[in-house]
Order: sequence, then C-alpha cells, then structure tokens
Amino acid sequence: MAGAEGDDSLYPIAVLIDELRNEDVQLRLNSIKKLSTIALALGVERTRTELLPFLTDTIYDEDEVLLALAEQLGSFTVLVGGPEFVHCLLPPLESLATVEETVVRDKAVESLQKISQEHSPVDLEVHFVPLVKRLASGDWFTSRTSACGLFSVCYPRVSSTVKAEIRQHFRTLCSDDTPMVRRAASSKLGEFAKVLELDYVKSDIIPLFTALASDEQDSVRLLAVEAGVSIATLLPQEDLEDLVMPTLRQAAEDKSWRVRYMVADKFSELQKAVGPEITKNDLVPAFQNLLKDCEAEVRTAAANKVKVFCESLPEDSRETIIMTHILPCVKELVSDTNQHVKSALASVIMGLSTILGKDNTVEHLLPLFLVQLKDEYPEVRLNIISNLDCVNEVIGIRQLSQSLLPAIVELAEDAKWRVRLAIIEYMPLLAGQLGVEFFDEKLNSLCMAWLIDHVYAIREAATCNLMKLVEKFGAEWAQNTIVPKVLGMANDSNYLHRMTTLFCINALSEVCGQEITTKHMLPVVLKMSTDQVANVRFNVARCLQKIGPVLDSSALQADVKPVLEKLATDQDMDVKYFALEREILSLISMRVCKGLFLCITLLFNCFSI
Amino acid sequence: EAGVGGFYQNKKTFFSFFFILVCDPADVISTVEFNQTGEFLATGDKGGRVVIFQREPQGEYNVYSTFQSHEPEFDYLKSLEIEERINKIRWLPLHNPAHFLLATNDKTIKLWKVSERDKRAEGYNLRDEEGRLKDLSTVTTLQVPVLRPMDLLVEASPRRVFANAHAYHINSISVNSDCETYLSADDLRINLWNLNITDRSFNIVDLKPENMEDLSEVITVAEFHPHHCHLLAFSSSTGTTRLCDMRASALCDQHAKLFEEAADPSHRSFFSEIVSSVSDVKFSHSGRYLLTRDYLTVKVWDLNMENKPVETYQVHDYLRTKLCSLYESDCIFDKFECAWNGTDSVIMTGAYNNYFRMFDRASLRDVTLEASREVCKRRAVLQPRRVCVGKKQKETDVSVDSLDFRKKILHTAWHPKENIIAIAASNNLYIFQDRLTPNGHHNTPEIQSAPPKWQTQPNPPTY
Repeated sequence: MAGAEGDDSLYPIAVLIDELRNEDVQLRLNSIKKLSTIALALGVERTRTELLPFLTDTIYDEDEVLLALAEQLGSFTVLVGGPEFVHCLLPPLESLATVEETVVRDKAVESLQKISQEHSPVDLEVHFVPLVKRLASGDWFTSRTSACGLFSVCYPRVSSTVKAEIRQHFRTLCSDDTPMVRRAASSKLGEFAKVLELDYVKSDIIPLFTALASDEQDSVRLLAVEAGVSIATLLPQEDLEDLVMPTLRQAAEDKSWRVRYMVADKFSELQKAVGPEITKNDLVPAFQNLLKDCEAEVRTAAANKVKVFCESLPEDSRETIIMTHILPCVKELVSDTNQHVKSALASVIMGLSTILGKDNTVEHLLPLFLVQLKDEYPEVRLNIISNLDCVNEVIGIRQLSQSLLPAIVELAEDAKWRVRLAIIEYMPLLAGQLGVEFFDEKLNSLCMAWLIDHVYAIREAATCNLMKLVEKFGAEWAQNTIVPKVLGMANDSNYLHRMTTLFCINALSEVCGQEITTKHMLPVVLKMSTDQVANVRFNVARCLQKIGPVLDSSALQADVKPVLEKLATDQDMDVKYFALEREILSLISMRVCKGLFLCITLLFNCFSI
Repeated sequence: EAGVGGFYQNKKTFFSFFFILVCDPADVISTVEFNQTGEFLATGDKGGRVVIFQREPQGEYNVYSTFQSHEPEFDYLKSLEIEERINKIRWLPLHNPAHFLLATNDKTIKLWKVSERDKRAEGYNLRDEEGRLKDLSTVTTLQVPVLRPMDLLVEASPRRVFANAHAYHINSISVNSDCETYLSADDLRINLWNLNITDRSFNIVDLKPENMEDLSEVITVAEFHPHHCHLLAFSSSTGTTRLCDMRASALCDQHAKLFEEAADPSHRSFFSEIVSSVSDVKFSHSGRYLLTRDYLTVKVWDLNMENKPVETYQVHDYLRTKLCSLYESDCIFDKFECAWNGTDSVIMTGAYNNYFRMFDRASLRDVTLEASREVCKRRAVLQPRRVCVGKKQKETDVSVDSLDFRKKILHTAWHPKENIIAIAASNNLYIFQDRLTPNGHHNTPEIQSAPPKWQTQPNPPTY
C-alpha cells in the first residue's frame, strides 16, 4: 500500500529498517522505537510475514533494544491486522520472555498480558494457552519464571478442562527445582489466587501457599508472605483461622530475619486483610514481638508501622490495646540501641497523639517526644521536629515549646554543618507552627546568627530561609525585624558579612516589594559600590541586576545607571564584567538600539584593555 | 610423624591420571574454575584475561572463548595502581543457552555473558551486501532483513560491573544457592550483592576495628554453603574458620560456629601463626564438610564438630624444618587452594616443585604427582613422585633440598562429576584425566560408606 506513493516516501522508512541493524546501539534503539512507523509502511500483511519473523530471531541485541521491542509489541495489534491476527505477536514475545535479563522478560510478560485481552476466547485456547504451557515446561528457568505471570490472565477466559491444566502447571512450577522459578511462582501466587474460584483457592492455593511459606530458601518464603496477605482478602472470615493464620503466624516467627522483616513491612495490609477479630487476638501479640525483634532491621520496619497499625485498630478497643500493649514496646524503642529504629519511630510517633487525645499525649507521649528530641542522633531529633504539627493540633505548641526550644537551639548550633543546614530547612515550617510572636521572641536571633555562619552553605541557606519567612509573615514584619539587621551588616568589618547583606537583598527584594527595596535597600547597595573589596563591588553589580525588575524606571535611570557606569570602568576585571552584563541586560530590556550599540562598544573597550 | 609415615607407606597410586592438555596463556594463571556441569573450564590470568575451554565430545578441552575482563587502573584518590589480575572466577548456574560468570580483580567484580551466535541478518534497503550505497532510483520496494546461518561466533559481553564497594583487596567471590545473590570478601569485610543490582551492596561481615592498630586478623577466604542459602563460611589469617547464619541477623559479626583446633603448645614457634593461616576453604558437595588448607596441611571439618577437624592430611610436612628460609623468601605466605572431587571422597591440593597432592579419605592412601612440560607427554600416565628427607631410597626420589620453590601449584580444580583435574602451574594449564573415565566407573572408594577409621565421631548435634 505504502509503496505506491513513490520513492520519496520510501526513503525514510528504508533508513529506519536498515538502522534496525546499525552497529550503533542508539540508532537501533531509535529504529525500534519507531517500529510502528515501519509496520505501518509495510502494511499488515508484510508485517506479519516478514517483519515479525525477523524480530522473533533478533534476541541477541542489547537489553535496552530488547526492552523497547518488548514494549512496542504490546501495542502492535492494530498493525498486524487487528484482534483477528493478534496471535502473530506471540512468537517474538515468546522469545523475549526467555532472555536472561529480568527487565526484558518482565516487559515481555507485561505485553503478553496486554495482548491476551485482545485474543478471542477461541484464539486464547488455540494460540495463547499453548504458549503459556510451552513456557511453563521450558528447559530454562527464564521461560518458566515468565510463565508464572501469564496464568492469571488466561485462566478466567478458558474452558474448565483448560483451567484444570493451568492449575496443574502452576502447581508444578511451585515445586520447581530452581529457587528462581519458585520465587516467581511465590510472587504471583496472590495474583493467581484472585482469579481462581473460591473452592480452588481452598483446595489448590492453600497447600501451595503453605509449601512455599516453608520453603528451604529464605527468598521464597519471604515472597509467600505477600501472597498470604492477598489470599487472606479472598477467604471468608471463618476460614482464615484454619487456612491462613497458622502459616502467617509461623512467618512472623520465622528463623530468618528477612522473612520477619517482610511480615513487618506488610503489616498494615495484613491487618486490613484479616479483619478486627484476628487483629485483636493474633496480630497485636505478633506486632509486639516484631517491635521487640532481635534484628534491628525488623524493628525498624515494625516501628515504621506503629501509627498505621494503631489507627486501624478496631475503635472499641483501640485505646486499651495501645495503652496496654503497644505503648510499652514503643517506650522501649525510644531508647533503642539502633539509630535507624529510633529514627523510624520518631517519624511516626507524633501521629499517635491524634489517636490518643490530649490527656494521654501529655501524660504518656510527651515524655517520649522529649527523650527523642534529646536523642544523640540528629536524624531522630529532626524527624520529631518535622512532625510537630500533629501534636500542635492536639495540645497546642505552647506546651511543647518549653522543651522544644532547647533542642532546636542545640541543633542550630550543632558542630556538624549538615545538621545546621537541616534544621534551617525546617525553620519556615516551625515558624508557621509557632506563630510570629513566639518566633520573634525565641528563634529570630538564631536565624540572624546563621547569616554570619562560617560555612557558606549555611549562610546561603539562611538567606533563603529569610525569604521564606518573609513570605510567611509579610513585608511589614520584614521591614520591622529583618531588614534593619540585614542592612546593618553592610557596615561589618568582615567583607563576607557585607556580601551576605547583598545576597539577602537578592533574595528579599522581590518578596519585600518595590517600596522597601527602593527606600531601604537600594541606598545601601549603591553605597557599597565603593567598597574596597572587589568581590563586594562585583556583587553589587550582580545585586543591581537582580533587584532591577523590582525597581521603577526612574530609580533605574537616576540611581542605578550612574553606579553601573562607574563600576564598568572599575580596576577589577570581574567587576567590570558584571557591571557590563547588567548594563546590557537593562538596556536590552528597554529596547534601546542605540544603547545596545553603546554596550557593544563598552564590551569592546572592556576586552581591549 | 603420622603424616610422613603414611606418605612413605604408599605403594601404589589410586589414580592413573593421564595428560590431555597443556595450554599456555600468555600470562601467569591466577585462578581456575569448572562450571557446574564440567563442560566448561575458565582460567583467569595476571594480565586480566579470561580463557574459557569447552570439552569436546571426545573428551578434549579446547579454547572456546578468550576475552579481556579487567584492565589495569589507577586509583587517583589513593594513588594506588589497581592490577588487572583476575583473583577469582565463579560460574553462575545455567540460565539459558548462554553462560554467565563472575570475574574479579582486587576491586571490581564483573558479570560476563558468553553466548553463541550462528545467524546474521542480510538484506539492506540502501546498501548492497558489501556496504556500498545503492542507486536510490533502484530502491522501489522496502526490504525487511532476513536471518541466514553463519559460522558460529562466540561472544563475551560484560553485563554488569559491581564496583566501588571494597576498600581492601577482594580475595573471594561466591554465588549463593538462591541464585539471586553473591558475596564478595576483602581483607576486612564481606559484602552481599544482588546479581541484578550494581549500585548497592550490603555489608554482612566487618572485621575492621575502630583503631587499625588493634587489627589482629584478616579475612582470607569466604564461601557460601552449596545448598543452604543462609550459611556462609569465612576463614581468617589466625587459622580459624567461622560459619555464619544470615537468618539470625543482618550483620553476621556474631558467628554461629567457630572451627578452630587448639594449638599444640609444644609446636609453638615464631611461624605458628603464619603457617596456620587458612589459604582456602571449600564446602564439600554434600554440604556436610568443610575443607581448609593452611600452609602445611589440609583439614576436613565436620560442620557438626567445631573443636577439631575430623581429618588432617600433611601436604609437605618435610618443610616444617625449613620455615625459616621459606619465610625469608616469602614462600611461607603462598596461598594454596584445595579441591574436592565430585563425590567428596578425594582431596587435592598443590605444593612446590610443580607437585600436587591427592588424599583418598577412605583408604588413607595419598599420592604426589607432577605437572610439568617434561613429564607431560601426550596420553602418558603420570608417575607418582616422592620427596625424601634423608637418603634417597630410589633413583626417582627427590631430595627436599632440591625442591624448586619457585615452581608452585597454587590453583587447582576438579571436574564436578568426573575424575578430570585442572592444574595451573605458573603460565601453564594442565588438564589430566583418570584412565577409567569418562565412563566414570573407576573404583574410587566412596567416602560415605566408610568414615575414616582413626577418628571416633561423637553423635553430631543437629544443626
């Protein structure tokens, strides 16, 4: 069809086809990504008879090319002639599903799942199911792992005889010799269970689940945990106790910490799946054990779940369970030996206050917060501070501030600059939570102190912090509290501090608005143009460029321009450069052609010196 | 001395190995490893090259593929040269028709894929087969390339590079039985990797003390158990071997078992610690035993008994009086490897003068054989050698004083199923085969049927 249009339209396609085999991977990749264009030009007939057979055999290529190919083929149905011919796509995807690279296989399986939906029920049994069976009984583990992901998509749409065969194949793979296949089966067990009839879930899936959950390989057992959660959602409440719980209980006490970690990690899903009764009787003690686990990784995972677990406890007994069972464990975790455990706990512990209410928070939680606020690891303290808003809602910040402030001051003066940097980043958040009055009283001086920190990164973050504070508290507040102090630094004997004034002005001019900038800041900047240190002078030039847009044109003409012109004749090369840059930009923005010419002349002057 | 006595009583050999291949890679061979089926054998050398041999149906091994795995590098941060020498090669279990192996130098581990290609695409639209541009006016239809058979081409391509995880020199790599992870060990740490993830590894053992002056031992070898994915063994320069259970905790600093033989105080000398340093550890194929090699002996440990080995074999006890000169020539620090045969009934390890030793565990017979160009005539059966301390008993005996300590066999490998062995002697690779294989009906006594008689074994605690 496409050929009839003449040679001109053939050429780009011919290039694309030839580049399918180019030595340069990037060109091959580009070509593969335009595979639909090639197929469109060839027409459906030639795509089926020539292009697809060629692609079926090109499995030697680089992973990224194969990955792109696997993805393309998933949406190729139209290009081979619609659903009637969709089975033509099976051979290339089948060979891609057997390559050793996991990402490619996964993508091929994904595409196969996609096109399985486009098969008619007859085609599914004639073409698709045989492919799944071939993969499932393949010689290499790669094809068998791919098969695991395909059972669930064809099962609902085939006859009962084929269904029985599919179940049999899945069973076989669950007891495969290689751990790789058992892992694949274990991870797809939940997905497969979802499409099975309930009777078969009980008769087929449960034994498989039990077997995989007691596999000799840790990596298989830990994947079975997730399957257990999915299976539990499928079963009626009365069957859970007999069919799933013994295995899950065993997983929570597995010898391998990785399996227990998995249980801890999936705890909220598990809790949702088994319902309130089993949660009360089984999961609470299990959760307590996980919080007390001997392996820190497990405790960390469990600590992360404390809030979600408590939130989802049945309402009638929530408070009792938390107070009698969970809180004692949490208290121990607060003084855990491992910093990651404490840090995980610190990131969720504040959330408990909304669940427990004001009185319990004050009585039981506040002491824990305070311990964590004084923790030796800054990450723990930061996690507490960054979640203060939860507690704020329950008991108000005043109550917290007494104990909070010393901890913040301590962090603000920490010897490690990265810690100081982190706390600066929380300042705007804290300011919002504490309110302007409290801020002025306690924290303002800290923010100003950071401006003269000896680490540049801190000074830089501090200027940025000021900007955010002004955004929160408004220009008027800035004029009264911050601006005088910042401008005062312009007379400092240390040139680094004088430069900080300029950086602050850079950051603040926009949020403070034209009036403050013109009236208060500009005179200071202009005055600094005669500074004895060249770095300050060229930063004046840069600063003027930055605040230019905020100023009105009369100020630009009357005050800024003369200063820039003077700087443009400065002794120092850099000062001159920045002054000129500023000059050019401002003139271009005024669209003055004559000025532009002037600038170019100035530039020439500058470089000829 | 028991070991020496056993040696001299040995009248006949229990293997009749004949020589089937000598190959001379350009550089000194630094590691030898059979794959899981024994069909392939890989060697790594000092020049960073990997050579793979394939066994032909007739039983011969021929070069299958050669590639440069590592190049010399320079660590600018520490001003250190990183040699390209391949320290270890480990094959991955078979995935698909391609073969995969891990090769490591001191710092970087690479995963290689060795695959065959026998088809190539033909038919370009805009060029002819010689690559000349076609006259565009002749291009009137689109041509889809077709694949045509071609001569077999073996390609080796690097699939993953696992770098920047070791501060010290990597001495071991070992693939886990879960086929998903592997470990790499350097002097002070053991890291666990996922084979698919190159930018992250987990530290599972860390012997580095806070203060390096407190350093008392270094890790010499580490290996995973062949069947239990959670068990790993590592040995140290103090002569101990530790077994760790990765189920117990994420950091395996606490060992599950410690295999150590109490030192005989009467033998204590300046060299005691040096010669007790373990240079190789191998789990038996059955997974029940550990084989360790130190300077003078090989020992077999039952995993269920920590306080002493179940068997100890003297490799070259006659060197005990020569430790002083061996120390001066640095030979005392040579790291000999050891190997099990396929049925765990025979042990092999290297020695000096191009000799290597074999010990039959059931019959207690042992033999010394020599791998050298002079004796390796094609299909000639290897004759046993004898080293004598005093006067020569026979013409062929070799006196201890005439041993050549520059000729040493450090790296050996045994075919996983058959009695085929690969011996690396400086830059020569020798492959020998027992006369009665490949049918495999040699009457090698099976160790399982008769445990060594001299040792009374307590009821093993269940592990």
